[in-house]
Amino acid sequence: MAAVTPDQLHDHHHGPTGLMRWITTTNHKDIGTMYLIFAFVMFLSGGVLALTIRAELFQPGLQIVQPEFFNQLTTMHGLVMIFGAIMPAFVGFANWQIPLMIGASDMAFARMNNWSFWLLPPAAILLIGSFFVPGGATAAGWTMYAPLSVQMGIGQDMAIFAVHIMGVSSIMGAINIVVTVLNMRAPGMKLMKMPLFCWAWLITAYLLIAVMPVLAGAVTMVLTDRHFGTSFFNAAGGGDPVMYQHIFWFFGHPEVYIMILPAFGIISHIIPTFARKPLFGYASMVYALAAIAILSFSVWAHHMFTTGMPAVGQLFFMYATMLIAVPTGVKVFNWTATMWRGSMSFEPPMLWAVGFILVFTIGGFTGLIVAVAPIDIQVQDTYYVVAHFHYVLVAGSLFALFGGAYYWLPKWTGHMPDERLGKIHFWCSMVFFNIAFFPMHFLGLAGMPRRIPDYALQFADFNMLATIGAFGFGLSQLIFIVVAVKCVRGGAKASARAWEGADGLEWTVPSPAPYHTFEEAPVVR
Amino acid sequence: MAHTLDKYFVPEPSKYPIFGSIALLLFASGAVMWLNKIGGGRWVLLLGVATLVYMLFGWFGQVIRESQSGKYGKQVDRSFRWSMGWFIFSEVMFFAAFFGALFYARVLSVPWLASGANEALIWQGFTGAWPSDGPYLADPFTPMGAWGIPALNTLILLSSGATLTWAHYGLLKDNRSQLKIGLVLTILLGVTFLGFQIYEYVHAYQELNLQLDTGIYGSTFFMLTGFHGLHVTIGAIMLTVTLGRVLAGHFNPEHHFGFEATAWYWHFVDVVWLMLFVVVYWL
Repeated sequence: MAAVTPDQLHDHHHGPTGLMRWITTTNHKDIGTMYLIFAFVMFLSGGVLALTIRAELFQPGLQIVQPEFFNQLTTMHGLVMIFGAIMPAFVGFANWQIPLMIGASDMAFARMNNWSFWLLPPAAILLIGSFFVPGGATAAGWTMYAPLSVQMGIGQDMAIFAVHIMGVSSIMGAINIVVTVLNMRAPGMKLMKMPLFCWAWLITAYLLIAVMPVLAGAVTMVLTDRHFGTSFFNAAGGGDPVMYQHIFWFFGHPEVYIMILPAFGIISHIIPTFARKPLFGYASMVYALAAIAILSFSVWAHHMFTTGMPAVGQLFFMYATMLIAVPTGVKVFNWTATMWRGSMSFEPPMLWAVGFILVFTIGGFTGLIVAVAPIDIQVQDTYYVVAHFHYVLVAGSLFALFGGAYYWLPKWTGHMPDERLGKIHFWCSMVFFNIAFFPMHFLGLAGMPRRIPDYALQFADFNMLATIGAFGFGLSQLIFIVVAVKCVRGGAKASARAWEGADGLEWTVPSPAPYHTFEEAPVVR
Repeated sequence: MAHTLDKYFVPEPSKYPIFGSIALLLFASGAVMWLNKIGGGRWVLLLGVATLVYMLFGWFGQVIRESQSGKYGKQVDRSFRWSMGWFIFSEVMFFAAFFGALFYARVLSVPWLASGANEALIWQGFTGAWPSDGPYLADPFTPMGAWGIPALNTLILLSSGATLTWAHYGLLKDNRSQLKIGLVLTILLGVTFLGFQIYEYVHAYQELNLQLDTGIYGSTFFMLTGFHGLHVTIGAIMLTVTLGRVLAGHFNPEHHFGFEATAWYWHFVDVVWLMLFVVVYWL
């Protein structure tokens, strides 16, 4: 495994070995690796839940699971993928890359960094374990709307505490990233010279600090409504279930950007590398990130157009939501302009990045469509919405994560990932993703509701297609395990600058990156 | 850029985080069992709390030892300042959720229940006047007045902010006795505040028929003041630890972030109380 450089500090003795190394480590690379592995395991777990859902929906009628269990599956699929897979995966990237990109010796709070990670397994135990308690996991949906969540069984309490613990982890991780970026940059690295991935994470971390506590408050109210007789979401006592939705989505909408801004950061590194041109419009990219983050606090009620709101409110949230298309459009334009007349090559990272731009933009457009209140009232809670958010979360966040993984695997392992397998992985994912999710647009427009285990006969063909696509997509991800394992074990040696067009401090250290890097801060001019 | 010679301090591998994780897993599992009346839950929960206390003692103890042995340079000090500031901001957002619930209930949900079809068809005769425990419970209660103990508590907490600042000046002037007296006074005022809060809760439960399940008024009242009280308790513990460190000869006019972090936290708790006093008790 990673060697210790001779110039290590005297207080950096190697410490425990074996399992204890991973439990006690304060090294940002170790912790990043653990985050990434944990996220991938949770991704596969959430994938199994998703495939069970799709298997049930292969044909009309009830074949495999009971409706109650189906609702548990959709709920847990959402919670596991969002809090277990996507968010920790991006934190894993942050841990590995931010210190390398800004020339810092480690994260600002290395010990707390360890705790941020090791809080996740207990949360996962509570979440996954809730399937096996009486009454099973919560079936209130990942949004845990009251009054449904108030009426659920033990599984709901476990989910609430899991959310609390993951929230603690996220807040500590976010504070760590903010402080690292603001205080640990190498001399000369001004904020406006900073790599965009660090900018994206700095802004994401602010979002996390601002909204995770609000989610904690929301689920705490659910907990006290459940067990201590409070009336936050009970109209009989003067409360209101709709209030839960307001508080939840005040968290929930910035959460959406928490899951996509780091993806934007990754894409902003891959595209210039493989177009062999500097990123077009660096400053406007930074301002667009900030604009998206700020706007994200004033759009939450577009998730609630059908739950009752004055027309003025609907108009405000509709226009505010559409405004977000402006900075997002700036980003898509800049990526495209970076590729314009570039000297392009299409190694796996670039394939994922270009695929991201294409498919994520489709998700962005459907987002614009559902932002229109009168249309949203038609498609609310239909498969159209399911299609929309899978286009931005799978083809957005997940594609960027895979792109980033292929891009930085040489730096992490010292070997180039298998290019042929990487391309197969991409093309299978791309094709099967669209087979799985594109038909859902039609299903939704035709009126098929989401979170339903059975459906009318007219929806049968598209559902069958979607299920075939989903299984193809799920199986395609196994290719990545092969690529990753092969890459760790061997393969073509990677040079320090693994990719011809790569630029940035992380490419100045050897591949694989030594256990300790930048103990002497580099000077950036 | 003039850098200090010492490198940024990166701690060695630590056993404490995993104890913290086990503690929270035990705490959460115990709480789930206890809330759902599964035997032994209380003990699992207590074990979790004990593990957490062990972890906090060990971890903070190590941090204090590292600080005392001069491992924290200027840059580490800046890290602590940034992090404490953003931690307090996250606490502000936590309280914001509950303040938001209060405003929503007072401005929107209760008036809605008392207007239009809601009033005409479902909750006839419900006026929606605040304070309200909702249209259905309709269990008479007396709301908590502002000008008795709460006003006194405002005075106490504001004074504690002043005594703490006085102690801080003592520390800056290297006047250790002013520092000690100021800290002791602050802790005493904090504990007095908590005593009054407990008295007020007993009074509410026994004489005002105001309880946690007294509709939305009881919910917001007890959750807001309760979480604030919890934070005052944490702040008082932090102050006590700080006093212990002062008595042990820690801190000097140049190097005392532990003291300042506690002070920031205490002032934050103070400001939350002012908000509470105005919108929960007074208006």
